[in-house]
Amino acid sequence: MSSDKVVQLAHGGGGRLTRELIEQEIVPRFGDGPLRGLPDGATLQAPGDRLVFTTDSFVVQPLEFPGGNIGDLAVHGTVNDLSVCGGEPKWLSLALIIEEGLPFSVLGRILDSVRAAADACGVAVVTGDTKVVARGQGDGIYVNTAGIGRALPEFSLGPERIREGDCVLVSGTLADHGIAVLSARQNMGFVNGPQSDTGTVQRLVMAVRELGAAVRFMRDPTRGGAGAVLNEIVEGRELGVLIKERDLPLAPATQAVAEMLGIDPLHAASEGRVILFCDREAAADILRRWRALPEGAGAACLGTVTRDKGRVILETVAGGRRLVDVPRGELLPRIC
Amino acid sequence: MNYIDGFRDPAVAAQFVRLIAEQGRALAGQGRRVHIMEVCGSHTMAIGRYGIRQLLPGNVELISGPGCPVCVTDPGYIDTAIALAGRGAILATFGDMIRVPGSDSDLSTCRSEGGDVRVCYSPSAAVEIAQNHPDREVVFLAIGFETTIAPVVSLVGEALQAGVRNLSLLTAFKLVPPALYALLADKEVQIDAFLCPAHVSAIIGSGAYEPFAAGYHVPCVVAGFEPLDILYGVNGILGQMLKGEARVENQYARVVRPEGNLKAQARIAHYLEPVDAVWRGMGVIPSSGLGLRAEFAAYDAEKKFGMPVRPGRQHAGCRCGDVIKGKLRPTACGLFDKVCTPDHPVGPCMVSAEGTCAAYFKYTLPDERQGGRK
Repeated sequence: MSSDKVVQLAHGGGGRLTRELIEQEIVPRFGDGPLRGLPDGATLQAPGDRLVFTTDSFVVQPLEFPGGNIGDLAVHGTVNDLSVCGGEPKWLSLALIIEEGLPFSVLGRILDSVRAAADACGVAVVTGDTKVVARGQGDGIYVNTAGIGRALPEFSLGPERIREGDCVLVSGTLADHGIAVLSARQNMGFVNGPQSDTGTVQRLVMAVRELGAAVRFMRDPTRGGAGAVLNEIVEGRELGVLIKERDLPLAPATQAVAEMLGIDPLHAASEGRVILFCDREAAADILRRWRALPEGAGAACLGTVTRDKGRVILETVAGGRRLVDVPRGELLPRIC
Repeated sequence: MNYIDGFRDPAVAAQFVRLIAEQGRALAGQGRRVHIMEVCGSHTMAIGRYGIRQLLPGNVELISGPGCPVCVTDPGYIDTAIALAGRGAILATFGDMIRVPGSDSDLSTCRSEGGDVRVCYSPSAAVEIAQNHPDREVVFLAIGFETTIAPVVSLVGEALQAGVRNLSLLTAFKLVPPALYALLADKEVQIDAFLCPAHVSAIIGSGAYEPFAAGYHVPCVVAGFEPLDILYGVNGILGQMLKGEARVENQYARVVRPEGNLKAQARIAHYLEPVDAVWRGMGVIPSSGLGLRAEFAAYDAEKKFGMPVRPGRQHAGCRCGDVIKGKLRPTACGLFDKVCTPDHPVGPCMVSAEGTCAAYFKYTLPDERQGGRK
């Protein structure tokens, strides 16, 4: 379709235009596997007896931001949730709710990104759905993905396995996605501004699976950032986390914009990072494995597990200590 | 990134902490306790964010002052704003005001009950709203200290130039120096020195504090908002106290000049004149606010709609007034973290991004909360 055409309400009506949308936009990109022939559901061969299954919806504004768009974000978000649960992602569903008036050029770029991200993650889009809503009833496009993966037998992960003295590692710089989306939304017009880190953490997880039991727990620090994730993990428990401000990995552009906007980088989201709790003895090995991968080049030790009863404490650059609170209110609405 | 990291260097911070400890010891040797008021809300937040209070010796206390514009706004102001919304006006406001309690309600509740309350990130947005709704009255909630006043009052100029007549300001502008006079006159508040605001001082100039140093023998040090700025400022204050001096020191010379920003001062004087103002917890302080001059009365919401702001009532048991004056440590308030939290605030000091109670809630560790010190 030519690039100046837009999606019409009739594209969701189930008639000729719907067929056209599916055949021209979906089938060429995703029709080579179980989607071939457009069955009502995908029939799949189970890869093992334990599966991981998750779903996530994506409503990010703007749809395209420095470093990615809603398409690759929708793949990475779900794939990363499977990965940090100790899963090997296999299949995705893809459901689109399109607002009347969305240019086909934008839709095409988003779907290209879905395909490219899925390929990079080694997952296949095997089923899906498309709906169109009237102008004003959506924000361009909303995307839902659900994912199924094989549970890797090497991992037995759980926050209850975390012990005092464990190390808290992060696979790269913090807050890049949240700050990049916010600066794009405010039209700040930066040259070399913050770039979203949207990406897969799958290889990072696969790289440490041989270490098995030394890996206690993993999470991806999305909404609420590292601050929210760490607080969730220790809340109501005897354990706490101590992190050091001088060790926080921050990209210069992200740090500068966060400062300017008065946002704590510990409260801004990442979309391609993993936070991993591990036995102290294994920390150096994990960092070495991660740093050998391009997506883990910025891996760092964030801090250690303490007996600070449910508290996340930051040792500041000035040498003082303070609480790391959870973000409150609508700090960054609709970043994913 | 030198402009950030340069002012956060841990090694330099450690040196300052050592110097401060030495001077603190020397003062303790003379039996002296030092009560330093950080006037500005941004200083309060930075002190919390960098854990600076714990780095100071036991006889040196940082007391948070009245420098959060939202916190010092009287509940009666919110009441008038809600009444204006009830009469169909669009309220345009900075986001901080949304949950500040009035006598009986707040703007958030007002909005959920159908009031048209819109959050602006820049005062200019209010002009746009007025242009987009020529059939409605738009009232901008014009609060703030000297830093905010110049850009906000420029709205009137923008509106005049664009021929916008359906926009007005509900003003509660406040001035820092008159509040400092009031605090120094209050015998219940012990203040030995002021850590003076960074950005307010950029407008009014470091010279504005000369009367406090000369008249009250109170050292005044203007400091920036970075951790090294604050430590440097505290160190400067202790140095003066050891020598028995009381001077104005401008340690934020990269931004602040002695005479301040003359252009901003001229703009403020063009539109505004001194008025008596009500401060939450402090009552009426003469000539401590600014109101629109008579020739701009058409842009003055109180006059335009005949709805003067009258003092409101605050929640029984709320001690924000004492917190604002530096008489009460937030953690010593009976409501703190029990009834009053950022999610369910009782008073404005827990709501505002620069509120003293919010800073304590967000940053202080439990052992500090229980300790006797500020």
